Parts: sequence; structure tokens; C-alpha cells
Amino acid sequence: MSSEHSGSLGHSGTLREYVTGFALAVTLTAIPFWLVMAHTFGRSSTTAAVILVLASVQIVVHMVYFLHMNTRSEGGWTLLALLFTVMLVVIALSGSIWVMSHLNDNMMPAAMHGMGTMHDMHHMHDMP
Amino acid sequence: MSSESASPADGAEAPRYYSLHEHHPENGTLLGFWLYLMSDCLVFACLFAVYAVLGRNYAGGPTGRELFDLPVVAVNTSLLLLSSITYGFVMLHVQAKRLVPALVWLGITGLLGAGFIYLEMREFAHFIGNGAGPQRSAFLSAFFTLVGTHGLHVTFGIIWLVTLMVQLVTHGLTPANERRLMCLSMFWHFLDVVWIGVFTVVYLMGVLT
Repeated sequence: MSSEHSGSLGHSGTLREYVTGFALAVTLTAIPFWLVMAHTFGRSSTTAAVILVLASVQIVVHMVYFLHMNTRSEGGWTLLALLFTVMLVVIALSGSIWVMSHLNDNMMPAAMHGMGTMHDMHHMHDMP
Repeated sequence: MSSESASPADGAEAPRYYSLHEHHPENGTLLGFWLYLMSDCLVFACLFAVYAVLGRNYAGGPTGRELFDLPVVAVNTSLLLLSSITYGFVMLHVQAKRLVPALVWLGITGLLGAGFIYLEMREFAHFIGNGAGPQRSAFLSAFFTLVGTHGLHVTFGIIWLVTLMVQLVTHGLTPANERRLMCLSMFWHFLDVVWIGVFTVVYLMGVLT
């Protein structure tokens, strides 16, 4: 009867699963901290891109090894719900960032571009 | 659901009940809890979107680079990561019906969670003491909302964990308690997943110029 739980969402996994997941998670956490703290890459944009990719991989690792996600659990409904949520998250995040960056580009006075934060402050005081 | 089709063999006296039994109420709870976690995921997605939009609006105040203490964040991250595998040990012992080791690992998980909350509260108090409270800038409002919401979730997770420890001591490893432990397991691992986003997007990328 123990096989009954292997396909269910909260099934407990195995020691091997947890240890593998933990080792992968520690590696995927240590690398981005090291990249940022040791200034490994000269360009910040390169570091940002790499740590975002590592975070995505780590999220998948946690989903598989700790949350035991697979295509069979609950007859596939958990995966379907997850994929739907991921779609909504991607739309909400990319949409917000895209729209707001365009707003910043198009709606702000040109003089404010590239100015320091103190200039922004003075400008804010002038606003009604 | 093919695994359930084997069960009718042991109870041929009342075939009508099989359709009821096949629903497996505990599976229903776990799927329902998973749907709750997905909706919680959307809450965090909105807060991440707010932070992504406002995270660089410092209003002349301190920046993430000036505020964040990465070694402390690294310790905090390891506490949460460790608590994920210790919760895994809880579930392994629950699976093997060993109550006392399960309780011990639950306690360790709770302590790691409490350590995480302690360090986070210390960080918040330090920021607010230096005039970098949530009202200082849009960046800090977004920061306190996002990180604070995660911290609040962990706090409720700890309360739930202590409650379950009392339940376990009182009633033992009943099916109901096992189901609750599985829900908390999903909740706890989910919070670790959210924290991956927080330490990457807020702390690490906040320190990058």
C-alpha cells in the first residue's frame, strides 16, 4: 500500500532525494553569493544574468527534490496548477517591468535621465 | 489513480463504497493546499513586481549597496536551507512511524526557522534605527513589504510547527497528523523557494551597481 502515496503530492521522498537536493541547493546558493561578493565578473549585468539563471535552476531543484513535483502527482493536477501559476507570474513580472520602464522612458522629463538621486529629490520638491 | 484500482480486492462485501474511498480525502487536502500555495505564489509575484519597479527609487536615501550585509544574508539563507533538509528528515521519520526522532527534527527545524526570523528582525531593527525604515523611500517600502511578508509566512510556519508538535505529543502519528505534517512540509519548502527569489533579486542584485 505504500506505493499508493508515491504518486501523491506530499509523499515523503527518500533520504537520497533529500541529500541530493540539499547538495545541489547549497552549490546553487554558494555560487551566486561568491560571484557577487568576490566581484568575479567585471560587468554587473553579466553577474545579474548569471545569478538569475542559477536562481531559476535552484527553484527547479527545490520543486523536484523537496516538493517532489512530478507529472504523476494528483493525476497531473499539481503540475497543471504550477504551470498556470508560472504563466501568470511571468505575465505579471515581465509585464510590470516592461510597462513601467517604458513609462519611465516616455513620461519623465529628459533632464532627469542619468541624474543622481539628490537631483531627483530637488525635482520632487518642485512638483505640485 | 491506477494504484487504487488494486484495493477493491480486500473489501468485496460493499462494492458501492469504492467510489467514495477512491476519492482519498487526504489527497484532496494536499491538492487544495497546493492550490493555496500557488495563490500565495501570486501574492509574492505581485510583491516582486513592485520591488522590480520601485527597487531603485532611493529618493536620496540609502541604497541596497549601503544597507545590505551580505554575510548576514548568507547565514540567514543557510539557516533556511538547512531547515529544509531537517524538515525532510522529519518526513522520513514520519514515513517510518518513528515519533520521537520526528519530534526532535521538527524541533531543530523550528529552531532554525526562529534563528532566521531573529536575524531578519535584527536587520530590520538596524535599518529602522538608522533612519532607513519603510517610510524612507519607495525602495525601502517595497523591501520591507516583500521581505516582511516572507518573514511573516515563516513566523506563521513556526507557530504551525509548534502546534503540530503539541498535536503529535498528544495524539501521536495519526493519519490526520501525518496529513498536517505533509501540508506544513509543502508550506516550509515553498517558503524556501520564495527565499531563493528574495536573496537573488533583493539582496544580491541590490548590491550590484
